[in-house]
Amino acid sequence: MDLGTLVQVLDSTLRLATPLLFACLAGLISERAGVFDIGLEGKMLVAAFMAASIAFVSGNVWVGVAAAVAASVGMSLIHGVAAITFRGNQLISGVAINFLAAGITVVIAQNWFRQGGRTPSLSGDARMPRLTLPFAENVRDVPVLGPVYHGILSGHALLVYVAFLCVPLTWFMLFRTRFGLRLRAVGENPAAVDTAGVSVVALRYGAVAICGVLCGLAGAYLSTGLSAGFVKDMTAGRGFIALAAMIFAKWRPWHAMGAVLLFGLLEAVANRFQNMDILGVAVPVQAMQALPYILTVVILAGFVGKAIPPRAGGTPYVKEH
Amino acid sequence: MKGRIPDWADVTLVPLFSVVLAFMISAVLIWAIGESPWAAVKLMVEGAFGSSYGWGYTLYYATNFMFTGLAVAVAFQARLFNIGGEGQALVGGLGVALVCLYIPWPHWSLALIAACLGAAAFGAFWALIPGWLQARRGSHIVITTIMFNFIAASLLGYVLVNVLRPQGSQDPSSPRFPSEIALPKLHEMLAVVGIPFSRVPPVNISLLIAVAMCFAVWYLLWRTRLGYQIRAFGESEPAAEYAGISPARITIYVMLISGALAGLMAVNSVMGEQQRLVLNAVEGAGFIGIAVALMGRNHPFGVFLAAILFGFLYQGGAELALWTGIPRELIVVIQALVILFTGALDNMVRIPIARLFAMRGGR
Repeated sequence: MDLGTLVQVLDSTLRLATPLLFACLAGLISERAGVFDIGLEGKMLVAAFMAASIAFVSGNVWVGVAAAVAASVGMSLIHGVAAITFRGNQLISGVAINFLAAGITVVIAQNWFRQGGRTPSLSGDARMPRLTLPFAENVRDVPVLGPVYHGILSGHALLVYVAFLCVPLTWFMLFRTRFGLRLRAVGENPAAVDTAGVSVVALRYGAVAICGVLCGLAGAYLSTGLSAGFVKDMTAGRGFIALAAMIFAKWRPWHAMGAVLLFGLLEAVANRFQNMDILGVAVPVQAMQALPYILTVVILAGFVGKAIPPRAGGTPYVKEH
Repeated sequence: MKGRIPDWADVTLVPLFSVVLAFMISAVLIWAIGESPWAAVKLMVEGAFGSSYGWGYTLYYATNFMFTGLAVAVAFQARLFNIGGEGQALVGGLGVALVCLYIPWPHWSLALIAACLGAAAFGAFWALIPGWLQARRGSHIVITTIMFNFIAASLLGYVLVNVLRPQGSQDPSSPRFPSEIALPKLHEMLAVVGIPFSRVPPVNISLLIAVAMCFAVWYLLWRTRLGYQIRAFGESEPAAEYAGISPARITIYVMLISGALAGLMAVNSVMGEQQRLVLNAVEGAGFIGIAVALMGRNHPFGVFLAAILFGFLYQGGAELALWTGIPRELIVVIQALVILFTGALDNMVRIPIARLFAMRGGR
């Protein structure tokens, strides 16, 4: 692999990792508060659709992003009502959200645009502009710094940088603020939080709403940044890869970044090379595609360190009377 | 909350009310996209039940959903959520294809028995790993079965592209199965007793196997020792353990049975319809099993009825997409709403019904 290819692969790694990172942090915050969310995929899909269609209609990508976040938070609230208010099964609710998204995006897309469940392709201001970082052009020909700064780090959409900024922000929120402490407590021992006079329901709704915002950004980037328009089922399992990354990272923000970069790299390599030849062994592309899932199963099984979810995860809180 | 509703109402009114809610929201959606809900319902009913052609497709889909619905229901009885029916059915399809392609069968009946065994064994194997990991290593079965769905899709992609694809073919699919082992279709079976039936739909003898499986699962759950243990384990794990039931053993057995049932679906779709293995052989039927099991209240008879309801929705939805501007995905929305109301929001549905009974009781 020559330098040019390497730079290209790493450049696309950052782009492919971005929606995963948003969704992974979204799931992480929700699960830290004790609400399991396997509906990340569905929320991303609805957001991707809303971002593309509203950006197309308005001609402004940021209006599309706002609509995507609103739609995704709306889906989150359905999950919240089912999982928190009515104390339903959080996993089943997540499954329902995924199907709801898969169905309704196509039904509405067909009704609005009549293009077989896709939106028209976006161009100009309806797509997310790529930013050139300061001095990127100046250092272009400097060895090492040039390819890294100009070739890999610069030239992405704003949301790519926002996603990576969300990592320290999430860490700070979870581990350095009062809200974060309470949020983690409500995922471990909601009764204790309740006893302290803090509302379990409000905290969990808060976490679910943040999860919705982040999934909204993930979906918006997918359809307006990574590609130019929405197509049916365009998330293609990314919500589940994000879920896998979250488990792989054992519910920790910095590790989550590492996990999504790894999974993004796998996807970038699988896109670039159909069949890889590693040490004389031909690795089929399907093995690269399956690797994130296999790694997650291995981690969950505790063969390489144990992944222990928040203790109260998945169980609705019933106040004692 | 459950105690205030009589049992008969809990198994009939709650799912019925959920479906009515789901249909009402879908009707609003149809109206919002500028179509007539009433005309849509008429078209769906006529398309699914108005002719033997419609019935044939409805029953074909229902056969798939009976298998996957039973798979989810058996696991739910032990309070295990097997979301991996899709992957288990895919791998089951691989079992069917291997049996049909590599062994020269003299008669379809022998091939059918072998294909059933192959499908069940492959499906059970694909569920065994998550089951074993949950039982012995404590990994969450929902997450592992989701991951196994994706691993199954990759595995199948690899096998179809690199192993089973005939030389020179671009299409990632296996060669056609020999025509001698094509399963008898329903119209051939009904012709024996003199009933005319459309020749087109792919409904075949697997329908009878599916119905037999409904009985078999009922017998297993309510008439055998293992079934009793499964239900006891589902009611209360500590109590079951105290009674000497091994949680690890039950988990593994249940997942084996569940995976085998999901795998059997491939007999209907792969051997009965496509007669070759293709990439998307399952087409989401594994996931529909979740809706079917929830609606059928995890009882085989309920699964039977819910599978026919979803067969109707799928056939009716196909007709809808053919004649109106409503895409097939509307059915996915209805399916999602049924899962939401029967599975996640059932307390919301239950509370007003419970109030109703409380009022009657108060009088």
